[in-house]
Amino acid sequence: MHIIVCIKQVPDSAQIRVHPVTNTIMRQGVPTIINPYDLFALEEALRLRDEHGGEVTCVTMGPPMADNALRKCLTYGADRAVLLTDRFFAGSDTLATSYALALLIKKVAENWGEPDLIFCGKQTIDGDTAQVGPGIAKRLKLLQLTYVAKIEEFDLEKREITIHRRAEGGIQVLKTKLPCLVTMLEGTNEMRRGTMGDALRAARSEIITWNAAAAGITELALCGLKGSPTIVKKVYAPSPRAEKAYQIEVEDKSVDQICEALIGEVTKRQPGLEKDLVKTSSDY
Amino acid sequence: MADEKFDVIVVGAGPSGNACALTLAQRGLSVLQLERGEYPGSKNVQGAILYANALEKLIPDFREDAPLERHIIEQRIWMMDDRSYCGAHYRSDDFNEEQPNRYTIIRAQFDKWFSRRVVAAGALVICETTVTELARDGNGKVIGVNTDRSGSTIYADLVVLAEGVSGLVGARAGLRSVPKPDTVALAVKEMHFLPSETIDARFNLQGSEGVVIETAGTITKGMTGTGFIYTNKESISIGIGCLISDFTENQETPYGLLEAFKQHPSVKPLLAGSEVKEYAAHMIPEGGYKAIPQLFGDGWLIVGDAGQFVNAVHREGSNLAMTTGRIAAETIADLKANGWAMNASNLSTYKARLDESFVMKDLKKYRNLPNVMHNKHLFTTYPQLLSNAAQTWFRVDGVDKKSKENAIVKSFFKTRKVRGLLGDVIGMARAWR
Amino acid sequence: MNDKAPAPAAPAAGGTRASAKKELPDHLKSYKHVWVLVELERGVVHPVSWELMGEGRKLADQLKVDLCGVVLGPPGGTEKAVADCFGYGADVCYVVEHEALSEYRNEPYTVVATELVNKFQPEILLLGATNLGRDLAGSVATTLLTGLTADCTELAVDADGSLAATRPTFGGSLLCTIYTLNYRPQMATMRPRVAAVPVYVPGRTGKIIRHEVSLPEEDIITKILAFLPDATSNKSNLSYADVVVAGGLGMQNGDNFQLVRNLASVLGAEWGGSRPLVQKGWITSDRQIGQTGKTIRPRLYISAGISGAIQHRVGVEGADLIVAINTDKNAPIFDFAHVGIIADATKVLPALTESFRRRLAAASTLSAAE
Ligand SMILES: Cc1cc2nc3c(=O)[nH]c(=O)nc-3n(C[C@H](O)[C@H](O)[C@H](O)COP(=O)(O)OP(=O)(O)OC[C@H]3O[C@@H](n4cnc5c(N)ncnc54)[C@H](O)[C@@H]3O)c2cc1C
Ligand SMILES: Cc1cc2nc3c(=O)[nH]c(=O)nc-3n(C[C@H](O)[C@H](O)[C@H](O)COP(=O)(O)OP(=O)(O)OC[C@H]3O[C@@H](n4cnc5c(N)ncnc54)[C@H](O)[C@@H]3O)c2cc1C
Ligand SMILES: Nc1ncnc2c1ncn2[C@@H]1O[C@H](COP(=O)(O)O)[C@@H](O)[C@H]1O
Repeated sequence: MHIIVCIKQVPDSAQIRVHPVTNTIMRQGVPTIINPYDLFALEEALRLRDEHGGEVTCVTMGPPMADNALRKCLTYGADRAVLLTDRFFAGSDTLATSYALALLIKKVAENWGEPDLIFCGKQTIDGDTAQVGPGIAKRLKLLQLTYVAKIEEFDLEKREITIHRRAEGGIQVLKTKLPCLVTMLEGTNEMRRGTMGDALRAARSEIITWNAAAAGITELALCGLKGSPTIVKKVYAPSPRAEKAYQIEVEDKSVDQICEALIGEVTKRQPGLEKDLVKTSSDY
Repeated sequence: MADEKFDVIVVGAGPSGNACALTLAQRGLSVLQLERGEYPGSKNVQGAILYANALEKLIPDFREDAPLERHIIEQRIWMMDDRSYCGAHYRSDDFNEEQPNRYTIIRAQFDKWFSRRVVAAGALVICETTVTELARDGNGKVIGVNTDRSGSTIYADLVVLAEGVSGLVGARAGLRSVPKPDTVALAVKEMHFLPSETIDARFNLQGSEGVVIETAGTITKGMTGTGFIYTNKESISIGIGCLISDFTENQETPYGLLEAFKQHPSVKPLLAGSEVKEYAAHMIPEGGYKAIPQLFGDGWLIVGDAGQFVNAVHREGSNLAMTTGRIAAETIADLKANGWAMNASNLSTYKARLDESFVMKDLKKYRNLPNVMHNKHLFTTYPQLLSNAAQTWFRVDGVDKKSKENAIVKSFFKTRKVRGLLGDVIGMARAWR
Repeated sequence: MNDKAPAPAAPAAGGTRASAKKELPDHLKSYKHVWVLVELERGVVHPVSWELMGEGRKLADQLKVDLCGVVLGPPGGTEKAVADCFGYGADVCYVVEHEALSEYRNEPYTVVATELVNKFQPEILLLGATNLGRDLAGSVATTLLTGLTADCTELAVDADGSLAATRPTFGGSLLCTIYTLNYRPQMATMRPRVAAVPVYVPGRTGKIIRHEVSLPEEDIITKILAFLPDATSNKSNLSYADVVVAGGLGMQNGDNFQLVRNLASVLGAEWGGSRPLVQKGWITSDRQIGQTGKTIRPRLYISAGISGAIQHRVGVEGADLIVAINTDKNAPIFDFAHVGIIADATKVLPALTESFRRRLAAASTLSAAE
């Protein structure tokens, strides 16, 4: 069995700052991490491999430094890692990204076997679009299963997979044929630690690095900025609220007095609310 | 996993571990370096000063791609009381030289860069892996390490402890004791982000010029310690630290001190409008020469902060770390080249080489200083007196200069008495000599 | 779009393209009208579709074109949704009824949506940024090879008639406005609860265009084996609650979190929390509020022991009134809360619960007496 997992190295959004004057991202010192959602995908892939045998290949398209993220995947236990990096890919939107990744996956398949499954994260925390997974599936003419909460059954012989998919108000139980593309929901599993053996192997491994040509990508007009139908026209910081919160006096006040003051403030600012609360409040 | 064996295992990827692993790998030894942080530098307090010389010896062309923030052209030393400071500034265009001598750096980035060099030199570096204990044979010789990852012991002829100030691995193995609270300072530090133009304007800088401010005085509320302010490209590092024993004794919190420091009328305007992103606490070994533990034994050796190699007076640490790491590696590589065993008697050349270097010479010079510095008056009374004196002197109020002079001298003697004053001065002078 | 926003920073390497004049190729000039894909599932329309109808109306008016709803569903199952489309402002409704469309599945929905677009050629196609909308939008846009802007919080039409889709980026620290260049339709998904549901006009009607499709079930590979509805008792309706009470790490332990639920229960409110609580297992992930959880837009939001990190902030900013209880006067939550209390939430919450209980009891006796 061969499983391909798409991972992306992203800036840790908790650490991002915006330059107050130019409104650009101050990248200085912002650490990068593996997109947290992709770890759920990777763990699921590793689990299936451990159960059914085979190999897991992690792929990413990104800057040369993204090899860090890939090496980490190897530390977790992935068998192989491929980095697609080339200046032609700079400025890709989701359409151009899915184009490049689809061709990358084809090349990986040529080298190491057709994938039975392709995994993606639910979404990234920087792009945050959840579009790349479906985009890859479409380009490779694969079936897609998004927001997968659980893999219920995986039958390599019958080439069938049954999964739980998170939908509005409930779970869809879907069954489809392999090969297909799965995007994993968060919280579905917990990333393993990786043994010392994995860690040593990862440290010794080469990250297979391809440029566009090596990956067989020749239609550069479909890549990067050129191949992106969307453009970012304007970036700006959300306008901050003019004033800070109105503070309820707490010095020398009892808790009850504080609560009364708060309720007073709430009813003043949301006049109709209390009446509606009386209607809906579960106590009555 | 088959048994893995290396020439050397280095525990820790701070400046000392990196210097050591780099040199060993360059000399052709097989090296495994283990770091518990997510990446090298991730556990290290950000924002620091890099002394170029020690790094040049390892990576002569480091200026080409190391993540350096600003080169320092001005040093300020402030003696502060609650409302004022009295200080000395030295600024020179000479520091705008082709190969500047000191830089501000951000450790998280710098250590990562350093580590890439270590990997490129051929060492195996594994992060997110904590060494839990040393493995020893029947004779007590260290033969490898165990980690918090599942899998068996990894073996090596020698384990280098570059684990930083806590020295836990070494202590756990009974090779040394953990540092005592009165030899370790706890420093807290924040990064305040500001546009580089704002920093340039506030500190009178241009391009990649930077300023360093070292401070002492009532900001530590009588405890032995200092504060600092460093300019990075787009941020200011501000921190303060005191001996751990003092914190316990005085029931002060490091964070409380830092808050007060930031509110000081001379400091606040420097930080105005900034966004705080990092808050971190870290220990600094300040025991000096007398606190240095046993540095080597059968199959093991200590470098960097783990060996208390910090010159607290001059605020030098990373350069001592790099230098001890390099000297250790050179010693090991020489032993290896001669086919000699990594035992205590052969490794004693490490200590001998250290004694010959500036590291031990500097630390020895200041060996008595830690005791002398443990003097409340240095941090409360004197700053106050200085400030009062300066005010008396500079305020133009119709009082003649001679009377002013008398008043200043009197105020010193009145507050500290002749014996106290003399004692402080003599103690200080002796420790410095 | 906020015209007063500070001057834009040139996006990386995009300077010249951003100012590129959009001259549509001829074959795309015939693309007209604004479409909203109505998310009809098991007989119910997701409210985001009506929110989009409200936003779509504004775009269509400005472009002087029709606003159209697209309703896909089982035979005989679309009538109410179609009527509501008109009630919420659509001029035209495209309706496709087929057995294969009775529940959402990517394959048949993609086929139908793509077919409709190719045949009727809308210039703008809007979907909700729900699991359904995002699943479908990605497939449709890739099939049509057009641009798609995800998870928008603001939609507008600029002077030359192009769609300006604004969305948060980098975890909400920045907003960016994205255009689709020379491609049609211009597609966007919009985050639920950022726009208001427009006023419903009963009896309003419009033109219905039915479209027949051939979707033999045997050609559809993915099968639906079952639908397991969320247990109603546990089901959170956070996104649409009028009042939400939430706790963070400042509640200190899982037991204290009961205080949050108690207040919610007295207020008839929904409850939730910050992300670390999910990680600690105090609450389930469907109760997480913020960037990677639910976006809420209640009339009253009470936060207890939450610092107000940017990822949390983006999920609650739309609330009409934000009350924050936090012991730290410098907590970022006070930067965007309207009313703050610097106090221990574990002490304030029980008292607040009592005060509200007494007050609401009194008010209800009063209203009963009236
Ligand atoms: C606030 C502050 C400001 C300072 N400013 C300066 C300055 O301006 N200039 C200067 O030269 N020096 C400065 N120093 C001192 C300097 O940081 C240290 O001297 C230097 O970092 C020591 O390097 P090291 O490699 O010995 O230890 P560290 O940098 O502490 O590195 C030790 C590494 O080992 C890892 N580790 C520990 N235990 C284990 C384990 N069991 N398994 C695996 N890994 C482990 C740690 O994660 C860490 O990465 C400052 C220190 C502080 C706290
Ligand atoms: C990619 C990514 C996505 C994320 N998505 C989300 C998300 O969707 N939602 C989310 O919430 N977070 C999210 N986060 C996490 C977010 O960055 C913060 O870590 C998180 O919101 C902090 O939760 P907190 O406020 O409960 O905890 P803390 O930050 O620890 O704050 C606790 C607060 O409680 C106060 N406090 C302590 N004791 C008391 C007391 N007795 N009474 C009153 N106040 C007290 C403290 O002063 C403090 O302000 C995300 C992070 C990342 C990196
Ligand atoms: N540059 C990339 N390289 C590899 N995988 C990616 C890349 N961008 C996105 N993905 C995958 O697509 C998923 C959705 O990404 P997004 O559409 O950006 O939210 C991610 O979780 C990844 O699995």
